[in-house]
Amino acid sequence: MITLGHYLVVSGILFTIGFAGVMGRRNIIIILMALELMLNAANLSLVAFSRFHVDPSGAPNYNAQVFVFFIITVAAAEVAVGLAIVVALFRLRQTTHVEDITTLKF
Amino acid sequence: MNPILFWIFALLMIGFGAAVILNRNPVASALSLVVSFLALAALFMSLDAYFIGIIQVLVYAGAIMVLFLFIIMLLDLRAEKLRKINWVASAGGVAVALVLAIEIFSIVGRLSSAKEPFPPLARPASDDVHQIGLLLFGNYNLPFQIIGVVILIATIGVVMLSRRESR
Repeated sequence: MITLGHYLVVSGILFTIGFAGVMGRRNIIIILMALELMLNAANLSLVAFSRFHVDPSGAPNYNAQVFVFFIITVAAAEVAVGLAIVVALFRLRQTTHVEDITTLKF
Repeated sequence: MNPILFWIFALLMIGFGAAVILNRNPVASALSLVVSFLALAALFMSLDAYFIGIIQVLVYAGAIMVLFLFIIMLLDLRAEKLRKINWVASAGGVAVALVLAIEIFSIVGRLSSAKEPFPPLARPASDDVHQIGLLLFGNYNLPFQIIGVVILIATIGVVMLSRRESR
């Protein structure tokens, strides 16, 4: 029997993988991909809660799905801007390795 | 919600998600991310969210991943050379990730509704695209238009960022 908890645990594992990627990897593009994993983990738990909270007429809670739609839209815009910054940085420094970009480091 | 299908797609999603951050070659990471997102779309459909599943395939596996692959190939990134690993920093990162995981699992474990099965759905009067569309253009009309402005600003920003300075 698959319960709400199964989906939440799977979503938590995916979020942790994305978090470890952001903390551990040093290639900016991989860090952006790990950020996408974290956003998608949040989407999975939102959709699971939407399916769990069935209203009296027997329909899932569609508000959460509208919210997921907004998150996907913002994620798409974020990736476009992020990759444009990476390309501009690569043009300036010829690197995507975070340890080579330390101008703002204290 | 077939349990066998749930486990297959959940393991696919987590396995390829781990492959994203473990691969040294960025192209292999991007392709693993596609598989992970396709499995996630299957999980969305197992939760009766067909519209979100389709959007996931179209936007993520279609548009965003093509953008990633395009940039990786444009910059001609090769597999990373191994550099000296700062063990203290990596151990700190793994420790913080583990603490986060333990925290998430303890919260889910304490949530009483996490052990209940999903309630059955009534046969819907109309499909979920119809319902979400009604909400999007009714209740959420203002946020929807703000999102449109956000995308417009992102487009202008990308054009500004990638413009070559002419001197």
